[in-house]
Amino acid sequence: MEPVSGVAAAVRMMNVTKDFDAVRALDSVDLEVSAGEVHALLGENGAGKSTILKILRGVQPPSSGTVEIDGVRLTTLTAEASRSAGVSMAFQEMSLVPTLTVAQNVFLEREIKAGGGLIDDKAAVVETRKLFATMGVEIDPTRKVADIPAGHKQLTEIVKATSQPCKVLVLDEPTTALSAHEVDRLFQYVRQLRVQGVAIVYVSHRMDEIFRIADRATILRDGKHIITAPLADFSLESMIAHIIGRRSRGFSDVTRQVAAIGEALLETRDLSGRGKPVDVNLTLHRGEVVGVAGLLGSGRSSLARVLCGIEPALKGEIRISGRAVAIGRPLDAIRAGIALVPEDRARQGFVAFHSVETNIALPNLDRLSRRSWIDRAKSAELADRSIKRLRIKTDSRKAAVRTLSGGNAQKVVMAKWLATEPEILILDEPTAGIDIGSKSEIVTLIRELARAGKAILVLSSELQELLAACDRILVMSDGRIVRDIARHDLDYSSSTDSVENLQHAEQRLNEAMQDARAGVTP
Amino acid sequence: MQNWRDYIIYIGFVAIFIIFAAMLGDRGFLDPNNLLNIIRQTAIIAVMAVSMTFVLGAAEIDLSVGAVAGLASVATAMGIDSFGIPGGIVCGLGTGVVAGAVNGWLTTGIGIPSFLTTLAMMGIARGVAMWISGTAAIPILDKPYAAVFGGGNLGPVPSLLIWMFIIGLVGHVVVRRTTFGRRVLATGGNEMSARYSGVNTASVKFRVLMLSSLAASLAGMLYAGRLHTGRFQFGEGDELSVIAAAVLGGTSLFGGTATVIGSIMGALMIGLINNGLVLMGLEFSQQLIARGAIIIIAVAVSQKRMR
Repeated sequence: MEPVSGVAAAVRMMNVTKDFDAVRALDSVDLEVSAGEVHALLGENGAGKSTILKILRGVQPPSSGTVEIDGVRLTTLTAEASRSAGVSMAFQEMSLVPTLTVAQNVFLEREIKAGGGLIDDKAAVVETRKLFATMGVEIDPTRKVADIPAGHKQLTEIVKATSQPCKVLVLDEPTTALSAHEVDRLFQYVRQLRVQGVAIVYVSHRMDEIFRIADRATILRDGKHIITAPLADFSLESMIAHIIGRRSRGFSDVTRQVAAIGEALLETRDLSGRGKPVDVNLTLHRGEVVGVAGLLGSGRSSLARVLCGIEPALKGEIRISGRAVAIGRPLDAIRAGIALVPEDRARQGFVAFHSVETNIALPNLDRLSRRSWIDRAKSAELADRSIKRLRIKTDSRKAAVRTLSGGNAQKVVMAKWLATEPEILILDEPTAGIDIGSKSEIVTLIRELARAGKAILVLSSELQELLAACDRILVMSDGRIVRDIARHDLDYSSSTDSVENLQHAEQRLNEAMQDARAGVTP
Repeated sequence: MQNWRDYIIYIGFVAIFIIFAAMLGDRGFLDPNNLLNIIRQTAIIAVMAVSMTFVLGAAEIDLSVGAVAGLASVATAMGIDSFGIPGGIVCGLGTGVVAGAVNGWLTTGIGIPSFLTTLAMMGIARGVAMWISGTAAIPILDKPYAAVFGGGNLGPVPSLLIWMFIIGLVGHVVVRRTTFGRRVLATGGNEMSARYSGVNTASVKFRVLMLSSLAASLAGMLYAGRLHTGRFQFGEGDELSVIAAAVLGGTSLFGGTATVIGSIMGALMIGLINNGLVLMGLEFSQQLIARGAIIIIAVAVSQKRMR
């Protein structure tokens, strides 16, 4: 169904601007979606997608601009008003209560009542079964949400969002936990909704899905509207080019020398965990920085967790310097010389209220103490040495980590793990949430550590970070490693402009990732 | 495999009953009067256990129930003395309203964890009860009051049993079949998800704390009716029995689940065990030790249930 111009759009957001103190998250952005259209909303993390969707849902008010649903201007911008106007959003499992059943969740706050105003759970089960039947999936509505697999949770979220008639449906990364078969079913369902006249906003990083399901696409970058056009007007290359655009994020300032690669420190063969990873074979050499790229749900973090003993390996083997080791818990990994700098540093990396010194000392207490008595001189010396070596900007080693900036807090986490003297360092999203200036500092630090003889694995969703830091980049998809690309193979451009070089490389890496997902072999 | 754990409270109850019947049959365990006494003694805990089920279901806790019961018994006795029965009832329930409002406001308005607010209320309520009663017992001479709210009978059935049955039935229906009950479970199951689905979780928490204090004030009124006095000591230590009853019965300490029937069974089981311990001739100190052990077992078994 072609969107007809002249008919009132289902969603019309005009000149929407949103400022968070000094940061302009959205700059005069327009978004228009017609009834009976699947409209893709694209852009990198931080481009402004979630901000504009929050405004559409009424969860946050815009600093300026208007929102119209079905030609009617929303005067009060609250979640209630948005819901009444017919905007429905399927979250990433964020609105399911694990202790209630699937049917009870689908009808939460809209329960079917029997005589006397009492809730009729049996009727809810029947209705929910019908809803799943229109989608063509088999999910037991009587099971508790806590007991069903992630893919079913995602489908339940979507069914919940569409169980009430809505004019606008927002789907945010709806396929990350779905099997290929379930994705087909979902897309059939989305097409049905489209025929019924629902306006669908589809957010995803999976280009192949966008090309399958969307009619038009709007691309945002750095809070600005870049382009809106029918899908037919895009190719994969042009779409990626619009998304990444032309700007430096500080990574092009990092100079990379060719690494001196030593012996293999970490090898895995057919390594598989619970669900993901699947049959992973990788080799990490001394002096090498290897990156792992992959879309959401590709299994990167699962790989890190298995290597560090946080999750059990169900199959395959891990060899450290040629010797097979069993890693069943984090302590095994630490003893084997592996250290993990985790993704969620605030929750998994440091104790915010404790000082820099105390944080650094934590995994090293054995070395800093004698018979349970902590040697304060040694602990102070370690902290001072770390601060100097990693150039941590802090008032003193006694300052609480929460007073440090994101970049320096990350350095504290790295320092504490470096003090355990690991041979192998695994970094999960090392520069996430860190300001541009500090990002390149961390990348420089990573290169230095490799030069000093460590083997480093960097998992990241930020491609520029991988391109700046790594000698080799592995691409993961669905828990498997599907591509192994040498960094210099991404450097075709003969331009001397380092920013442009980096862009070309990023584009090529993006394409490789999308191809990998689509199963295209090079 | 899931199923037998859900019924463990019933299995346990029957098992213990049979054991006691065998061991203590000759000491009057099976005497109808003794069995009715178990129910009389348990009923007051059971009433509070029903409301505690809602509190735990919302992932909160109320440690002040025992103290509020004591205060309510004093307030009721003094109320009856000054204003007659209607006045007494108003004073009794009013205690619950005030305590519940304070607990609710501190927890949802200011954001202090319910553990701390109700712990503080526990001390305050007990202190106020001691103060206004001058640490003396306040007699209730009104016979009709004592009959309805305490030791009276409706035919062969003790009025306390009727209270337990009514409150239990209402609680069961509300938690399973009303939107309020559903919202309580959503708030306790995952507060963020509940809010994303449109549940006003602050209002839910306020209400369950209010309900809890009201139930506690009813318990105080029942104590007063049963023993014909208002005493500040009534309810001392009850909060632990009430929570143990709810947890034994299957309601999780972490929120999101609630079984009112289970809580009543849990209360009955604790009452049953207390009765057996007394008939066995254990001293009070030994009973306290046994009760503590039971609470630990209750939590351990429920942990296994939660995986």
